[in-house]
Amino acid sequence: MKVNNIEQFEKVAVAARKALENQEKRVFVCCGTGCVAAGSFGIYEELKRLVAEKGLLVDVVLEAEEKGIGIKKSGCQGLCQLGPLVRVEPFDYQYFRVDKQDCVEIIEKTLLQNQPVERLMYQSGSRVCHTPVEIPFYSEQTRLVLGQCGQIDCENIMEYIAKGGYTAAGKALLQMTPEQICDEISKSNLRGRGGGGYPAGRKWSQVLAQNSEVKYVVCNGDEGDPGAFMDGSVMDGNPHSVLEGMIIAGYACKASEGYIYVRAEYPLSVARLQLAVEQAREIGLLGENILGSGFSFDIKINKGAGAFVCGESSALTQSIEGERGMPRVKPPRTVEQGLWGKPTMLNNVETFANVPHIILKGAQWYRSIGPENSPGTKAFAITGNVNNTGLIEVPMGTLLKEVIFDIGGGINDGKKFKAVQIGGPSGGCLTETHMELPLDFDSLKKVGAMIGSGGLVVMDEDTCMVEVARFFMNFTQKESCGKCVPCREGTKRMLEILEGIVAGKGSLEDLDMLEELADTISSTALCGLGKTAPSPVISTLKYFRDEYLAHVVQKKCPTRNCKSLSSFVINEALCKGCSKCAKACPATAITGKVKEAFVINNRKCIKCGACVEACPFSAVEEV
Amino acid sequence: MLDKSKYPEVDGILAGYAYNRSALIAMLQEIQSAYNYLPEEVLEHISTEIDIPLSKIFSVATFYENFSLEPKGKYIIKICDGTACHVKKSIPILDTIKKELGLNSSKHTTDDFLFTLETVSCLGACGLAPVILVNGKVYAKMTPESALAVIKEIKENESK
Ligand SMILES: Cc1cc2nc3c(=O)[nH]c(=O)nc-3n(C[C@H](O)[C@H](O)[C@H](O)COP(=O)(O)O)c2cc1C
Ligand code: FES
Repeated sequence: MKVNNIEQFEKVAVAARKALENQEKRVFVCCGTGCVAAGSFGIYEELKRLVAEKGLLVDVVLEAEEKGIGIKKSGCQGLCQLGPLVRVEPFDYQYFRVDKQDCVEIIEKTLLQNQPVERLMYQSGSRVCHTPVEIPFYSEQTRLVLGQCGQIDCENIMEYIAKGGYTAAGKALLQMTPEQICDEISKSNLRGRGGGGYPAGRKWSQVLAQNSEVKYVVCNGDEGDPGAFMDGSVMDGNPHSVLEGMIIAGYACKASEGYIYVRAEYPLSVARLQLAVEQAREIGLLGENILGSGFSFDIKINKGAGAFVCGESSALTQSIEGERGMPRVKPPRTVEQGLWGKPTMLNNVETFANVPHIILKGAQWYRSIGPENSPGTKAFAITGNVNNTGLIEVPMGTLLKEVIFDIGGGINDGKKFKAVQIGGPSGGCLTETHMELPLDFDSLKKVGAMIGSGGLVVMDEDTCMVEVARFFMNFTQKESCGKCVPCREGTKRMLEILEGIVAGKGSLEDLDMLEELADTISSTALCGLGKTAPSPVISTLKYFRDEYLAHVVQKKCPTRNCKSLSSFVINEALCKGCSKCAKACPATAITGKVKEAFVINNRKCIKCGACVEACPFSAVEEV
Repeated sequence: MLDKSKYPEVDGILAGYAYNRSALIAMLQEIQSAYNYLPEEVLEHISTEIDIPLSKIFSVATFYENFSLEPKGKYIIKICDGTACHVKKSIPILDTIKKELGLNSSKHTTDDFLFTLETVSCLGACGLAPVILVNGKVYAKMTPESALAVIKEIKENESK
């Protein structure tokens, strides 16, 4: 069924709301990437089967009259680590670590008797938390972009519409001019969430001002930062919010075609976006003359093929054209000559997902969230050595310590916090001294880091920061497209030096050389990849210089991660001469007489640590 | 000419994209999932069919990490070495599997073409780090031991 005007759309919305109300109880099985990995599809099927057996299952379809229970797949519900997650409305009961075996109990107790299954709930000390708002991880957040992600069926457009979806598009297309929209977005001071923080409204006005018959809207869903999954979660948890933002964008800059570029590692996002596009076309929210406004727009989905650099705007548009994704010299900028040489409005997933909210509630409201110069919220993926890993969203300007300790629950295994990497391989690390730092574009820039896409990887005291710098350099070096010399050659040299340092072959001069190379590369590379490639090295050198010094001067790795810098010795006082270590040694580096202390030949030793494991007396020590 | 095409399956894929050159990447992706790599003769075939120089196809196929010009094993194991997984110790898992399968940094596929081992940077399941992926299925919170168990299970199923 197709809606041709706003009256028909409103009728559909009323019917969708009614259908949703007919579901007296709604079960949301988290089907984000994490929970799917933990087996949530199986739980979804099982719940559906059991409820259907009882004759209680109803879907949100417009003609349905009877009341019953809805079982739905939702996007990421946040606390991935405790997955699979299941939420039951209207009670808002939040269940964790649900197993297929638990389905019967959930149905009997919660769906039939309205009772919570407490053993599946979150325990905070001795308190059992029934609903998300009782859990600190959730209560400290402000979920705007992720608000519906986890609360609606991510595969059903009717549910998005029932919850007010596409009303912003209706308002924009029928009550506003393109200029008014660009103006509203400018006033909201929405800044691009893809890393750079460029004001979206300014970009939109620039595209609108271009004199060209053909223009494009491109959504950047490449999310190349390893260790970040916010954009993926928005795309697979609430795909229609991205489409709606793009439709509004298309109207605002007079484009009639949009593309979403999704990284290939996100098959779920690709599938759900594809489904969402089909559903939107079917109902007439994509296609010709949307809602009778005279505006036509359609969206295509492109799958990346595994190149980090394709997140860069000019490389991305090249890749959509079927070429090697290599950045080009700017200007001309993407707003002037982007996809197929035409003016292109290219924004990040999260940027687009903010748009419907701003159109509906106004710039004024948007600016009331977060600080003056970076309003709104930001989604972060918090991972690494932290108790609560998962997907979060907080107002811009939230302090680092609130994110890591209040929401993240602090460092796991009782270890101490050491650093957090923000902005992935293009970003920098923040340390203990930055705990009071507000997370927003400008504050981070001041300390040499960047918000980047929003990946927060927390590292504990056992992490070697030199090794981390090597890890990131290895990543960017591999991902360098090779077009410009500073990046192609420079990252390689920097990597070689870092490899030397962790292998115990570094010198003091190496540190100077790293700094010099970093300086040259960041000021001469062609694109953002090269320009920011040295950032992890610079920031670790700045905050953890003594760790570098330990590696190059004392030839020691303080955290004992760099195996080349440690050696194993047998403590004679503890060794009973049982010979277990010698038997375990794959390099025959350990010799000795039974019942006398054994010795390790360090020239033969490959530092695998097998002897440490084998020794029953803890006599093998790493020094 | 009533010449029957040597690659009807490939032709189907190309037709699905209306022989449109700008869909080259999407075509290669489908061909790779059909053959599990990009055979040279198929690339030659595409080159004539959609009229793009073979060199151009090679340049694209070699640029993107996901394309392989060499046959891969029946089971493709991808170890995530994204930042989150790296911090949660993905490298010991990689080393263990390499050792178990007799692979190294230049040899990625076992001689019996049962396994191919690759690393990827982030699968979006960082909350469950470290993760590995076997033919698209995600295994969460791995240790070297649990990774070996996964391989053992595959081997046992194969020898049945
Ligand atoms: C190497 C490199 C990788 C990038 N990767 C991404 C990415 O994965 N996602 C993204 O949205 N922006 C990425 N960007 C930034 C984009 O070039 C662009 O600035 C952004 O998508 C614009 O959207 P925004 O203004 O909404 O942030 C990357 C930039 C560079 C230089
Ligand atoms: S870093 Fe491994 S899934 Fe993200």
